[in-house]
Amino acid sequence: MKYLHNIGTYFIMIKDMFRKPTKWSVLKILILKDIDDLIIGSLGIVAFIAFFVGGVVAIQTSLNISNPLIPKYLVGFATRQSIILEFAPTFISIIMAGKVGSFITSSIGTMRVTEQIDALEVMGINAINYLVFPKFVALTLYPFVISIAMFLGIIGGLAACVYGGYGTLEDYIDGVQNDFIPFHMAYAFIKTMVFAFILATIPSFYGYFMKGGALEVGKASTTAFVWTSVVIILLNFLLTSLLLG
Amino acid sequence: MIEVKDLHKSFGDAHILKGISTSFEKGKTNLIIGQSGSGKTVFLKCLLGLFEYEKGSISYDGKIFSNLSPDEKTDLRSEIGMVFQGSALFDSMTIAENVMFPLRMFTKLSKSEMEDRAEFVLKRVNLDDAHHKMPSEASGGMQKRVAIARAIVNKPKYLFCDEPNSGLDPKTAIVIDNLIQEITDEYQITTVINSHDMNSVMEIGEKIVFLKDGLKAWEGSKETIFKTDNEAVTNFVYSSNLFKKVRRMYLEENQ
Repeated sequence: MKYLHNIGTYFIMIKDMFRKPTKWSVLKILILKDIDDLIIGSLGIVAFIAFFVGGVVAIQTSLNISNPLIPKYLVGFATRQSIILEFAPTFISIIMAGKVGSFITSSIGTMRVTEQIDALEVMGINAINYLVFPKFVALTLYPFVISIAMFLGIIGGLAACVYGGYGTLEDYIDGVQNDFIPFHMAYAFIKTMVFAFILATIPSFYGYFMKGGALEVGKASTTAFVWTSVVIILLNFLLTSLLLG
Repeated sequence: MIEVKDLHKSFGDAHILKGISTSFEKGKTNLIIGQSGSGKTVFLKCLLGLFEYEKGSISYDGKIFSNLSPDEKTDLRSEIGMVFQGSALFDSMTIAENVMFPLRMFTKLSKSEMEDRAEFVLKRVNLDDAHHKMPSEASGGMQKRVAIARAIVNKPKYLFCDEPNSGLDPKTAIVIDNLIQEITDEYQITTVINSHDMNSVMEIGEKIVFLKDGLKAWEGSKETIFKTDNEAVTNFVYSSNLFKKVRRMYLEENQ
């Protein structure tokens, strides 16, 4: 019953997010602040992880090719496919659930604990629109982060492959360009947009509806991370079955 | 004027407010007092529209809150100022931005007009040089004064304060009490204060509503509270020896 109640409350929150909008002059400042906090502030860690994981994928692929009949360009091909199809959209989103999700839950949860949300409601402001909608708009730029992760992942693979002595630059680039299916990019960005919505709304839900004090803010952040990750993994399976299956 | 009739509020099986009827007059500081758990905060949150109630009515100058459309409720809320127990200042904004916030949300004033109004109310609460500080850099008393400034900046008709003196030293508490009373009188606001500070009761209680177990057990003023023989009130208000002596002296002087 508790789960059904939470799911119902979540969808009511989504509806309320678009109701009674905040004044544009105030909203644009909130959106710019959230773009800075959620998008720009995540670029560093995303770039670092994508570059090195791209390198590891290239090394692992190379080390597992022992059959001389398998072409050398497979390292570039496998790295590209892994990065574009799964690593960048899905696993970066899991990492973002930890970084951005816990930030959203703890910042909104702290506002709840310190009665700042009550203050907004007393003033007649739609607190859900004021707090959640700017995060939703900011995260529409999330595909930009994932594009950078894709690019740097492939570059990381190239660096590890060439400078680690696992293959030549020509073979790697040949592999990256080989048998490229443009729909895979569309698939990756459809997933990215869905995950962006999840990243903006589930942590906001756990922050907005939390009860208690400082300890509960920490617990809400952990719960938000767990459920955001679970929903991302489930939707990843569903979308892959629908779009590629 | 705010009128409350037969207000009932429950959480699950717990019946918190059991039929409260009272009124709060314009231009007066109205105090709600009572022990912890008596229903003061729930009552205040019902008055503010933060909690929905099962039975009864609350009317603001004749307008029954539950009969208002969402737009009318928004209009009414823009006439309400609230000082929260923990001040509830927005910690991502400076003090001046906090005070200007209701103006940015509800008025079409230019930036310079908003700054002038914020400066005026900050001066009114005796905060001249704190505009650019963040709330975390201000003391508890300063935060309370900023909260009062934010509550009155949009010239509200109703001012609500939830334990405005909690966590403050006695001297600062008296400053805050006097400030609220002066502002109430000056702007002819209907002020409702939730408190269990007996100094506030004696200093500014122009009307006092005493709650016990979700019911109105007594109502009167700071003058009549000395004379009442209501056992629930005397047990609560005169629980300390100091206030017992004050009461005895008052009654001896006024015999």
